Amino acid sequence: MPEPAPLLSVAGITKSFGGLAALTEVSLEVRRGEIFGLIGPNGAGKTTLFNVLTGLYQPDRGDFIFDGERLVGLKPHHVAAYGIARTFQNIRLFGNMSALENVMVGRHVRTRSGVFGAILRTAATRSEEAAIVRRAYELLDYVGIVQHAGGLARHLSYGDQRRLEIARALATEPLLLALDEPAAGMNATETNELKRLLEKIRGDGVTLLLIEHDVKLVMGLCDRVAVLDYGKKIAEGAPAAVRRDPAVIEAYLGGSLA
Amino acid sequence: MDIFLQQLINGLVLGSIYALVALGYTMVYGILGLINFAHGDIVMVGALVTLTVTQALAGSGLPAPVILLIAACAAIAVCILLGISMERVAYRPLRRAPRLAPLITAIGISMLLQYSAALIWGKQYMPMPELIKTDHYAVAGAQFTGLQAFIFLLACAVMAGLLWFIKTSRIGQAMRATEQNPDVAGLMGIDTNRIISFTFLLGSALGALAGVMVVLYYGLGHYFMGFMLGMKAFTAAVLGGIGNVPGAMLGGMLLGLIESLASGYIGDLTGGVLGSNYRDIFAFLVLILVLVLRPSGLMGQRVSDRA
Amino acid sequence: MNPVATRRALSPRQRWLAYLVIAALLLALPFAVDALLGRAWVRIIDVALLFILLALGLNIVVGYAGLLDLGYIAFFAVGAYSYALLASPQFGIHGSFLLLLPLGALVAGVFGIVLGAPTLRLRGDYLAIVTLGFGEIIRIFLNNLNRPVNITNGPQGITLIDPLQFGGIALNQSYSVGGLTIAPVHGYYFVFLACALLAIIISLRLEDSRIGRAWVAIREDEVAASAMGINTRNIKLLAFAMGATFGGISGGLFASFQGFISPESFTLLDSIMVLCMVVLGGMGNVGGVVLGAILLTALPEALRYVGQLQQAWFGAVYIDPSDLRMLLFGLALVLMMLFRPAGLWPSSTRRREFAIEDEAGDEERANA
Repeated sequence: MPEPAPLLSVAGITKSFGGLAALTEVSLEVRRGEIFGLIGPNGAGKTTLFNVLTGLYQPDRGDFIFDGERLVGLKPHHVAAYGIARTFQNIRLFGNMSALENVMVGRHVRTRSGVFGAILRTAATRSEEAAIVRRAYELLDYVGIVQHAGGLARHLSYGDQRRLEIARALATEPLLLALDEPAAGMNATETNELKRLLEKIRGDGVTLLLIEHDVKLVMGLCDRVAVLDYGKKIAEGAPAAVRRDPAVIEAYLGGSLA
Repeated sequence: MDIFLQQLINGLVLGSIYALVALGYTMVYGILGLINFAHGDIVMVGALVTLTVTQALAGSGLPAPVILLIAACAAIAVCILLGISMERVAYRPLRRAPRLAPLITAIGISMLLQYSAALIWGKQYMPMPELIKTDHYAVAGAQFTGLQAFIFLLACAVMAGLLWFIKTSRIGQAMRATEQNPDVAGLMGIDTNRIISFTFLLGSALGALAGVMVVLYYGLGHYFMGFMLGMKAFTAAVLGGIGNVPGAMLGGMLLGLIESLASGYIGDLTGGVLGSNYRDIFAFLVLILVLVLRPSGLMGQRVSDRA
Repeated sequence: MNPVATRRALSPRQRWLAYLVIAALLLALPFAVDALLGRAWVRIIDVALLFILLALGLNIVVGYAGLLDLGYIAFFAVGAYSYALLASPQFGIHGSFLLLLPLGALVAGVFGIVLGAPTLRLRGDYLAIVTLGFGEIIRIFLNNLNRPVNITNGPQGITLIDPLQFGGIALNQSYSVGGLTIAPVHGYYFVFLACALLAIIISLRLEDSRIGRAWVAIREDEVAASAMGINTRNIKLLAFAMGATFGGISGGLFASFQGFISPESFTLLDSIMVLCMVVLGGMGNVGGVVLGAILLTALPEALRYVGQLQQAWFGAVYIDPSDLRMLLFGLALVLMMLFRPAGLWPSSTRRREFAIEDEAGDEERANA
């Protein structure tokens, strides 16, 4: 039986900034329904790869195919429409909007109403708006912060902001959810809750790509991982195999992974 | 040919004034990332102070250079005081605020300066007493005055001095460090507040000097003169690459030339459809074109928004 | 304290009653003011309504989308000249306002897109300066397009502009209806009031819509907004176009109301004054912007009184009231940014009439 096509296949992505290579010939594949971890020391190019995948940066060379479509060169909003949603390392919420509205913004790409619908409050607009609100509440409930729906995003606690970012990303109905260090700054309890949430999301059919420093979380959660070092991929495979890889141990100065 | 040379000379003189004002924009932008909208009005205050002092001393029997020197010193002192207090009161508290906030206060300060000037000096044009007789020199069919030569040479000397100062002095080095990264500069023991104050001091002093030159050159001053002059100087700074000191000098000169040549030739070029009454448009066109096509200017860093 | 609570306390019937009372007050207002304070004040109210319309347009650009437009008055000018040129002896054309106002709005909207497009890549402060440049360029053209072909009549401006006309009723005439004199200022009051109310409703509806949320999202974080699938370029252009449309309509109304326009009315200071209204009232909050427009229109009148006081006390006017006004504008901008950057009436978390959110909101406030 042929293996099903991967959801995302990245081929030979190279990106440099002013002569400094941030990514060199990076290739990897993310399969449908898995949790894929992207790890590596600081400055290894993980976030740069995220930015390339989500259309924020244009790569110098290379290609990536997502769900059968070449997405290289597209603007971020197109990429979102194709089904890649992301969160940011340094949380980027719409601070002066309520939590609910943040998630409602996430519905933008899946809804249609324009200016005239809004001004005339047509039946179609009203029902779409009601559906947006309903879905936004569902998602807030899903990530467990529905009690803060009316509060300003910037007033939420750090952990809740991370959850809100995930809810907002889920609102775009992604096939692939890309999370940039979702557990950063969380304590052990919060990390555990996050892990359960991510497993629940995967269980609902969303593929996850995550950058993470918390090795325990990565090892316990990811089906497969890729390791970046100085912009190059040095290993890819099951977590248990990767952690024994000499190149990986070398990259982490021989200690922390073993 | 002689029209061309004539406009070239006029353009260089105009450009040297623009360059002095542009330095004030560019230095503040380099360090704070702020467009000091009120800088043009500092120049206006410098110009009007110069006028007041010369008018007061014109009948005193003092020799003209002495009167001018006193007037220039007074203008510089007043402008420095204004510049530093402006930064202290209106910009410093907003250093960590969203970008629009300091820009809006800058607009407010600009209006405050303009209409305070209108209250103090009135709204009519103020004439400059004739202190120096204009002597004309001819070069290849074009002519220039001693005053033009004086303005141009003085501006060049001051700018050369500024470059040398920034490059070699301790405080100049601290300015450059703060420009690179204020937080790190702070950690390295540089008192960034002092450096920022000093930047405003320097910019205001140069602006005051430009104000002196403007009233000498045009023989007039007016409470609203800072707006157009400021816009043009800002354009010059953007043209050269905002934040870049030599760029501002280059941009000023270039803008002076563009404006002078364009308004000299626009009538011929358009068959008389557009006249020199459109001269103020050139600065805006240059500004828009540069920002749209090459926001980094000729010598500067990128300014458009990036991820 | 909590507007949600007060709103919930009203039954639908009470709410209708409240609307009726407000409507009656608004209908009676110009006649009451006329009788109590004089006709000049009715005119001031008319101007205030016009400024509400204008400021609400700028609020879409600055308040919602966070794009600082310093040349906004240009769209007002475009609307005013569109109307004036096609409804005056200038070209001998006398079009109907029913045609010309939408046309002016359209032309202004197109200008909004054309002038907005090149600025989209620019960071906030550069955008401000470029829009300022566009504003000045338009003014310089209006000032000089009297040669070689006389289009705008240059600095003299355009006179004898047609008033608004409904059937046989021209609004620059006085009419007597059942003993009640309806002067031009009264007639225009009702037209302007209708437009201002419409603008308020449109603003509120846009704010609470998919497009309005996209604007605010861009204002809050453009990168995140685009990552969420918002086409930032189009949505920003839409803000420019909508804002310009409001400006264009108010420009046409202004031209018909004054009967005379010249480039003098469309300077940078006018752009800044409208900006003041938005900033002072509260960027992004319709109520605040309306308040700002009313306050700043009324201010010069209060200052005129200061002029009279000077005359009475000192026998001369030392401080020209109009200069004092600009001085106060400047001071207001600085003080607002320093001490109350969100405006006099800031937009609070927008409230949605869903019980669950209200409870959450109350809890939030209780915890705060």
